Amino acid sequence: MTKAFLAILVTAILTENFLLSKFLGICPFLGVSKKLNTATGMSMAVIFVMLLATAVTYPINKFILVANDMAYLQTIVFIFVIAALVQLVEIVLKKYIPALYSALGIYLPLITTNCAVLGVVILNVDNGYNFAQSMVNTLGAGLGFLVAMVMFAGVRERLESCDVPKFMQGLPITLVAASLTSISFLGFTGIVEGIFG
Amino acid sequence: MNPIILAVIVVSVIGVIAAIMLAVASIVMAVPVDEKAEKIREELPGANCGACGFSGCDGYAAALSKGETTCTTLCSPGGSEVSKKIAAIAGLEAGTVAPQAAVVLCQGNAHNAGTKLVYSGVKSCKMATQLFGGPKDCVYGCVGFGDCIDACPYDAIHICDGVARINPLACRACKACIKTCPKGLIELMPLHQAKAAVLCVNHDKGALTRKECKAGCIGCMKCVKACEYDAVKVENFCAKVDYDKCIGCGKCHEVCPVKAIDVIELGKIALKSINRI
Repeated sequence: MTKAFLAILVTAILTENFLLSKFLGICPFLGVSKKLNTATGMSMAVIFVMLLATAVTYPINKFILVANDMAYLQTIVFIFVIAALVQLVEIVLKKYIPALYSALGIYLPLITTNCAVLGVVILNVDNGYNFAQSMVNTLGAGLGFLVAMVMFAGVRERLESCDVPKFMQGLPITLVAASLTSISFLGFTGIVEGIFG
Repeated sequence: MNPIILAVIVVSVIGVIAAIMLAVASIVMAVPVDEKAEKIREELPGANCGACGFSGCDGYAAALSKGETTCTTLCSPGGSEVSKKIAAIAGLEAGTVAPQAAVVLCQGNAHNAGTKLVYSGVKSCKMATQLFGGPKDCVYGCVGFGDCIDACPYDAIHICDGVARINPLACRACKACIKTCPKGLIELMPLHQAKAAVLCVNHDKGALTRKECKAGCIGCMKCVKACEYDAVKVENFCAKVDYDKCIGCGKCHEVCPVKAIDVIELGKIALKSINRI
């Protein structure tokens, strides 16, 4: 049992990394990875929202959509629910945990409609996971997001002090660096079968 | 039931529930917003440069609104105009902000200053300074890799001939470059008054300075003797002008053998001649 959960977790973090293997959530990956602390802040917000979104959309999917044979409404209902949820969380945080609000503040609205959040929710459904499995997979996806962001922030901080040719400065060199980081994650292929299989 | 109607109902119900939830939450958990601070914040330039000494414009607005500070003249990018506006909102006294601009105190361009090494490391003044005090002979002068350019929120700084130059008309006196410069070469000067300025901070003895840079202050004391207003002082072989006492008569410039001292009125410098100062 634990082994199965661990396998899901490691798969989500390493082999099926959301940013570097599935290419979901590329916008924050390129946008807020300039500095380590913003990258961490963004990732924390993503983990938080992903977990929350999974916890809320799983029962909605199971008891309302699937029960009424309306699974085709998943995308629209999920976007809807996640957006409302993030707004609510923002209000609650502002009132009760202002410190966390100012730490996540700018990132929360940014990830409201991020495809990584919607992606993890829909993939949970597609993979036929139960509630516990969904939560573990979501946690893994979030942690994988954090790992990729922190790694890439490190790469970009090194890039800052490099003498990059003028035509490659800015986005071009960032994309090259992103593709190389992505290739490095190919090395994890088969690692889960090796450990847990 | 018709599945289309059912779908419409389900989505609408979820929408209505979400809407009610949000509406209730926003009323129940409303956080009182400081309206005064919001209004002050709107009047501030919004560059978050930190010239006021607070953590950006929001910080200054909050401090003014809460009465932590009563000084309305701290925003140098905004100047007297912003001071007047925020004073009206906060119910405080307005003041005049004497417009200032930053100046790089170095003339050690490729023509004047020699180099002692070929530097091919990271293009950063901070890094280059750690290696024998930078590539130029003079360890006091501008390194010219433009750390200040990155720091400037107003895009007012450019490198001309190996030395950083600040466009006084674009400069808003936020001091970001002053904090960044590893050599401490940049300082603020009055914008609309002609003042003498020593464009050098070399503290080596005169003979050594001569070898290092053609435009370096050699500490010969001629300007001190020429000044009728006691505005120039020489300390550690380098002259310094007291801008409060200086009237910009230009006598020091006339006697200076290396022309390290010059009379500048920043506000009148045409963009083309920024290269020269």
